Amino acid sequence: MALTTTAPTVQTRAGFREKLQDALPKIVLAPSFALIVVFVYGFILWTIFLSFTNSKDFPSTKLVGWTSYLKLWNWTFESSPPSNWYTSITNMAIYGVLYVGICMALGLLLAILLDQKIRAEGFLRTIYLYPMALSMIVTGVAWKWFLDPSLGLEQTLHRIGWTSFHFGWLKDPNFVIYTVVIAGVWQTSGFVMAMFLAGLRGIDSEMLKAAQIDGASGFRIYWRIVIPILRPVFLSAFIVLTHMAIKSYDLVVALTSGGPGGSAWLPSLFMNDYSFKRSQMDVGSASAVIMLMAITAIIVPYLYSELREKAR
Amino acid sequence: MSTATREIAGPAGGNRGGRFIIYGLLAIFALLYLLPLWVMVVTSFKTMSEIQDGNMLSLPSAPTVTPWLRAWSGGCDALNNCISGVAAHFWASVYMVVPAVAISTILGALNGYVLTKWRFRGHKLVFALMLFACFIPFQSVLLPMATLLGKFNMAASYLQSTIGTSLGIGSSTLKLVVVHVIYGLGFTTLFFRNYYEAFPNELIKAAMVDGAGFFQIFRRILLPNSVPIIVVTVIFQFTNIWNDFLFASTYAPGDSSPITMAVNNIVNTSGGTVEYNVNMAAAMIAGLPTLLVYILAGRYFVRGLMAGAVKG
Repeated sequence: MALTTTAPTVQTRAGFREKLQDALPKIVLAPSFALIVVFVYGFILWTIFLSFTNSKDFPSTKLVGWTSYLKLWNWTFESSPPSNWYTSITNMAIYGVLYVGICMALGLLLAILLDQKIRAEGFLRTIYLYPMALSMIVTGVAWKWFLDPSLGLEQTLHRIGWTSFHFGWLKDPNFVIYTVVIAGVWQTSGFVMAMFLAGLRGIDSEMLKAAQIDGASGFRIYWRIVIPILRPVFLSAFIVLTHMAIKSYDLVVALTSGGPGGSAWLPSLFMNDYSFKRSQMDVGSASAVIMLMAITAIIVPYLYSELREKAR
Repeated sequence: MSTATREIAGPAGGNRGGRFIIYGLLAIFALLYLLPLWVMVVTSFKTMSEIQDGNMLSLPSAPTVTPWLRAWSGGCDALNNCISGVAAHFWASVYMVVPAVAISTILGALNGYVLTKWRFRGHKLVFALMLFACFIPFQSVLLPMATLLGKFNMAASYLQSTIGTSLGIGSSTLKLVVVHVIYGLGFTTLFFRNYYEAFPNELIKAAMVDGAGFFQIFRRILLPNSVPIIVVTVIFQFTNIWNDFLFASTYAPGDSSPITMAVNNIVNTSGGTVEYNVNMAAAMIAGLPTLLVYILAGRYFVRGLMAGAVKG
């Protein structure tokens, strides 16, 4: 076995003990690697295979070609009444754009505000970030109560005197997805703030001082110097948030139980429902493959560039 | 460095009015982030009649722990609404999370050690494959895993009939431990790999010259220096596994399901009058362990989050 320069082999007689000692690192790594190969990549291939079969209640091995994908393709354009798949992907687009956009804007704003020699910075940071420690289920339950159209915020504001206030998004098929955006942003924006704050703290202060001496205003310094320097953080935050948005599942279930008539579905809920409740495992696995492709398209180029950068 | 950065005042940093606005904004955001938690806590100590009366923000007028007791151990109230408490599920989560965290952390440490200090040809590919496994949508492995775990049940009943005990193979706790170890390996390996990458090779070379073997070096040199990354990994894995809902709801229905699932069941299936106070208490019970970890070891929690975003 060839060890690289990081661990120079001490040349000795190649007895059995030495051979074993040489192979040991690989033997130690092998079980984990095997688990990943089988249960991640093998299972992905299995799911891809299932998506080309006519599996219903149980997995079947009878191949039927692109049938499930054609179904999804046709459903993609079935907007009135909307097919479940149409609802899922339009919701995904709405949720994805708003969740990622608002989290990044809010995260950046909080980070910049916190970077102004704030006295209670540690304390405030702890407050902004604590939702991230909670389960999406807990977050969903809390917001379900908070936004409850009959007893929650609405009645509280009525009692205070704002009697015309009405907030029924949670029960409204057209607006329920926006409640998921609200709860999702509450949960994750603190994390984005932490990412931006780490980026801000890494900026060379000499450069900023020079700009200030040149008479640049605070706003211009941020717009022209700080934000361009933070570009890598923007990219990381964007990737992390997009990938979290695509994987979102628990929050929608806990907050909306899928919404009235399935109006809050995302592809993840679609996949679960078709695979485990509607006995259409073929369509369910096809939707899972599409989710995987979406994530791969975002993550692989990112990981590739990250690993290359590290190796440099 | 970070202190130097702060000599630069931000956009409005110079004058008093500007500072006032900054602190005001930060305070408003802090209140917004705390509001849902506040509402949860006060609601969980109120009686239902007080809740129906209206003001969700007010302190309970006659604080009661009945909702907490009811959420914990279940039972029937005066109107004969019966629920089962979350106590059994809380412990099911504990039994699941302890072995799953321990095993995935130990394997991750060994993998990280091999991938940095005992490199072999193809080590980059192995790491890349394990890294990508962190980001896959679990929907793409959900169906094959369900089939495999179904085989666990068959094996259990076979053992039951032949040797008289199933050895716990069919239990949902065991299934979830297996699932969480496998799909947590990517992250734990990533954490330890990045940490050990920065560990000086000279120390290891010296130990090798002294005749120390693979495990000796790991135990004597790396492990004693790994405390911070072990804490980070354990907290990250604990939070992830404790908060998981997708695997729990797919593979562990019934009496021994983890707490996230029990909370969702209580909140989303109760017919008749919704007991908001009990719901909130149940959600608080599910959220407290991770919240406590966050409060006690927030620094490590944030480090894990950041490392999980690959930028480390």
